Amino acid sequence: MKGAASPVARYAAPVSDWGKVRLHVVTGKGGTGKSTVASALALALATKGKHVLLCEVEGRQGIARMFDVDPLPYQERRLTTGLPDADGGRGIVHALHVDAESALLEYLSMYYRLGRAGRALDKFGVIEFATTIAPGVRDVLLTGKVYEAVQRNARNKGAIEYDAVVLDAPPTGRITQFLNVSNELAGLAKVGPIKSQSDTMMTLFRSPRTAVHLVTVLEEMPVQETADGIADLRSVQLPVGGIVVNQVRPQDLSAADLAAARSGELDRAALEDDLRAGGIEVVPDLVDGLLSEAADHAERRALEDSQRTLVAKMDVPSYELPRIAGGIDIGGLYELAGLLRAQGMA
Amino acid sequence: MARSSTQRPTRVGPTTTTQSGPLDIDALLDDPTTGIIVCCGSGGVGKTTTSAALALRAAERGRKVVVLTIDPARRLAQSMGIEALDNTPRPVTGVDGTGTLDAMMLDMKRTFDEVVMAQASPEKAQQILANPFYIALSSSFAGTQEYMAMEKLGQLHRESQAAGTYDLIVVDTPPSRSALDFLDAPERLSSFLDGRFIRLMMAPARGPAKLMSAGFSLIVNAMTKILGAQFLKDLQTFVTALDTVFGGFRQRAQQTYSLLQADGTAFLVVAAPEPDAMREAEYFVERLSEDGMPLAGLVVNRASPSPSGALSAEEATTAAERLRTQDATSVAASLLRLHADRVRMVEREGLLRQRFSTAHPQVSTAVVPALAGDVHDLDGLRRVGELLAGGGA
Repeated sequence: MKGAASPVARYAAPVSDWGKVRLHVVTGKGGTGKSTVASALALALATKGKHVLLCEVEGRQGIARMFDVDPLPYQERRLTTGLPDADGGRGIVHALHVDAESALLEYLSMYYRLGRAGRALDKFGVIEFATTIAPGVRDVLLTGKVYEAVQRNARNKGAIEYDAVVLDAPPTGRITQFLNVSNELAGLAKVGPIKSQSDTMMTLFRSPRTAVHLVTVLEEMPVQETADGIADLRSVQLPVGGIVVNQVRPQDLSAADLAAARSGELDRAALEDDLRAGGIEVVPDLVDGLLSEAADHAERRALEDSQRTLVAKMDVPSYELPRIAGGIDIGGLYELAGLLRAQGMA
Repeated sequence: MARSSTQRPTRVGPTTTTQSGPLDIDALLDDPTTGIIVCCGSGGVGKTTTSAALALRAAERGRKVVVLTIDPARRLAQSMGIEALDNTPRPVTGVDGTGTLDAMMLDMKRTFDEVVMAQASPEKAQQILANPFYIALSSSFAGTQEYMAMEKLGQLHRESQAAGTYDLIVVDTPPSRSALDFLDAPERLSSFLDGRFIRLMMAPARGPAKLMSAGFSLIVNAMTKILGAQFLKDLQTFVTALDTVFGGFRQRAQQTYSLLQADGTAFLVVAAPEPDAMREAEYFVERLSEDGMPLAGLVVNRASPSPSGALSAEEATTAAERLRTQDATSVAASLLRLHADRVRMVEREGLLRQRFSTAHPQVSTAVVPALAGDVHDLDGLRRVGELLAGGGA
């Protein structure tokens, strides 16, 4: 653990732990906030003069909702500017919503100039077949487009060369299957251009230019799933990036105070005095409430601490983000981006 | 053309102005006509735990229950005292009262294999099971789990109707990429089989080459160029071999679909008080009513516990800041900050639920407060069951 960032160091950019990485894949168990983390990471990576692409592949239009813009088309769009650095310099974040049908048509026209045949394919339902029913093809098309954005193709004239691509990826349970494209196609397409292209994609995904980051919260199931995910990724030589521990509770109470809160031994009289000093009218109900909230919090902190120990044992760099009680808005995303940058993730 | 469930044509507004009250879980579980409970919702909202807790509670209230789960998490199996769940219902021991509880986990490949073996001649079955397309489709295709969950549910229902083994089946649905894949399973299957492409693929095997029109050879040439000739050959074998098998499968999937629409079924939409999960829940509710599926209500898990006392978040924050300037390590300030956070969370969650019930007033809701720890045993599941039934605090 790198600890919470001090407010002073907030927007300074220490050397990034992932300077060589061009493709950041962000996964995590459902409900842990992987889309939020992917967005914050893109903002953090977009330093002065840099172009960063934020991609989503699950058809949920989560990026559009998070940044409060119109639904994204299958087209790279300028989304927003990055988090400013100490001198106020900032880069640009672009967004792309990848869907399999458009990816297939683009692929066909890029490589085969399939004018008549392309239309015929559509007419005969091949496009629909390939993107909904044919096993594995859907994932290959989605990852193929992401690959193309990282490794710009001479055929795609005038396209922006990105310094980094951040992929809001499928959840931990599916991520290895999703990225392991050559395996998905194995046995189906043994030869031919698709086969060699999926092999080229695997070379990038397995290289140090890719990092698969896992988002978790400090609870048993998500932490266990993170450990399983890391083992799965490693078993097929996919590069594990960092663990982003999300929604961490405040940590300003000392261990002694937490212990006292759990056993109901916090000094009630001292608390009442302090509350009065803070200008609050002290009634027994309020003090009871605060003490019971403190006990709940202490129990949660104990759970978090035990899970944090497990995360530390995974021997992967980890970063922590606080829970934002009021919910995530655009300001909140920049705040999280600042914390990621201060901890060296970007 | 199969409807893509992520592209809904329209939303559905309120159908009534009368707000329905809290969801009465015990009444639902005790009603002898409730034969199937389907828990659906997006990933990470505690759907599997909710299903298991409902099943346990129903069993302890005297029902003969089987819970069909999709989640391979061993923790859940262990909490029911079973080392690892598999495709066969296993009895859960330690259930109080006269009821019984069995638990099983969907093994989609095995279920699919069984369908193939039951439908095709042994020789043909072997041919299908060895086809690379079948292997990919049955083990990794994203929609297969939904098809197979439907298939297994149908099987369980038919068996328990015949043998009287169970009077309640609780189903936990897969955390689909698109929330309603399992409802679309029969339709997608039909569209797959009736699609022009499949008919074209089967045509040469069926005889006359007259369908080998200019358009078709164009496609074959294009696909051969991209995918290689072997790919097409495998695909053709696969499609031809599956023809007979899928016929029966489609029919049964449609039967299961009608079963879901019938009166004995109750859908519970499970959500967490987060904007994304609540939005998904709205889609579920709208889609279920559109398809005429019997919706019993909404379960909102992981609700923040209400703070006691009337101190507002603003007052608490102001006081905390004042105290911090005097003493940077003030415990009182920390407690006030915790209180302010909790008030804000509860307000935000309350607003989300209120919006939901304004848009869907007909849906009764059960709110389950977040537990500080995870569920490890039957007692933990029992506790969740009590909270579901409103015995919280």
